[in-house]
Amino acid sequence: MEVKNASAALLSNYEVYQLLTDLKEQRKESGKNKHSAGQQNLNAITYETLKYISKTPCRNQSPAIVQEFLTAMKSHKLTKAEKLQLLNHRPMTAVEIQLMVEESEERLTEEQIEALLHTVTSILPAGPEDEQSKSTSSDVVMEEEDPA
Amino acid sequence: MFVLVEMVDTVRIPPWQFERKLNDSIAEELNKKLANKVVYNVGLCICLFDITKLEDAYVFPGDGASHTKVHFRYVVFHPFLDEILIGKIKGCSPEGVHVSLGFFDDILIPPESLQQPAKFMVVALTLVSSDETEQVWVWEYETEEGAHDLYMDTGEEIRFRVVDESFVDTSPTGPSSAEAASSSEEDLSVSQAWAFSPGGPAISPGA
Repeated sequence: MEVKNASAALLSNYEVYQLLTDLKEQRKESGKNKHSAGQQNLNAITYETLKYISKTPCRNQSPAIVQEFLTAMKSHKLTKAEKLQLLNHRPMTAVEIQLMVEESEERLTEEQIEALLHTVTSILPAGPEDEQSKSTSSDVVMEEEDPA
Repeated sequence: MFVLVEMVDTVRIPPWQFERKLNDSIAEELNKKLANKVVYNVGLCICLFDITKLEDAYVFPGDGASHTKVHFRYVVFHPFLDEILIGKIKGCSPEGVHVSLGFFDDILIPPESLQQPAKFMVVALTLVSSDETEQVWVWEYETEEGAHDLYMDTGEEIRFRVVDESFVDTSPTGPSSAEAASSSEEDLSVSQAWAFSPGGPAISPGA
C-alpha cells in the first residue's frame, strides 16, 4: 500500500458527519453481513465518530450554511485552518477566538473580533448542547442586554 | 480534524465474490483493511471517501482471485498542529491527564502543559469495606480572595490544543544481535501497548 498524498484536502466535521450518516443508511439497506469480523472495525469507528460529531454544532449545518459562512469570512482574511476551526467549533466568546486565530491581538481589533463573533453566531446554527442550555440561560442574556 | 488521504493499493477479490459489483467488493475490502486502524505517519483511518481510479484486474497463475490496483481517497483523523479540540477526561495519572475523543483515546496532557500552578493529588476515600484512592490533577487558581482548587474530574469536557504527535512503528523486527535484542524487546513491549489501544494496530507502509 502506498500513500500518494497524506493531506489531499481538509474535511470539515460536517462533511464527515454527512458521509458517515449516508454510509450508515447504505449499510442498513443491504444489511446482510454487517456483523462479520471484518465489518466490526468499520461499525465501531463509524458509531464512535458519529457519536462524537453529533454532540458538536456541526450537526445542524447544511451545505448552504457552510457556503454562506465562507463567503462572509472572506472579508476577515483568515487562514484555511482558522476558518475550519471556527466552522467546527462555533466560538461564542472572544477568548475562544483568541485561541483559534493566531496572533489575534495583532491582526484583529476588538471591533473586528466582535464582528467576527456576530457573523459566526448568526450564520452557524447552535449545537445540540447549546440549544438545551439556551432555555435555562435566556434570563441571564436578557439582563445583560438591557443596559445596552 | 479530518483529512482526505490519497492512497494506492492492490485489492484481492476472491472468486466467490465475483458476482458482486467490483466497486462494492473493493470498497468493502478497503474498509475491512483500514477502518479503525492507525497508519504510520498518516493517522487513524475512519472510512472510504471514494474510489478515484480502477486499473485493470489481473488473475495470477495458481491463485483464482483477481487483483486490482485501486487509487482511492480515505477519510483519516489527523489533527493539525495547534488545533483546538474538545474531549472528555478519561483519568489522571502521574504522567498527566488522559483525554479521550470517543473514537480516539491516546491523548495525553503532560503536567508541564497544564494551567500552572498544577498539583497532582491522591485523595484517599475510605468506604465501608475497602480503601480507594482517587488520583486527580488540580489547578490551584489564585485570586485575591484565596486559592481555588479546580479539579480535573473524570468525565468532564476539556478543551485542549494539539502540541505534538507521535507514531510508533510496530513493524516486526528481524533477528538481531544480543545487545540490540534487549532494546528491541523494550520497543516491542511499548509498541504492543500501543497496538492494543483502541486506535487499533498500526500498519507500516511496507506491509
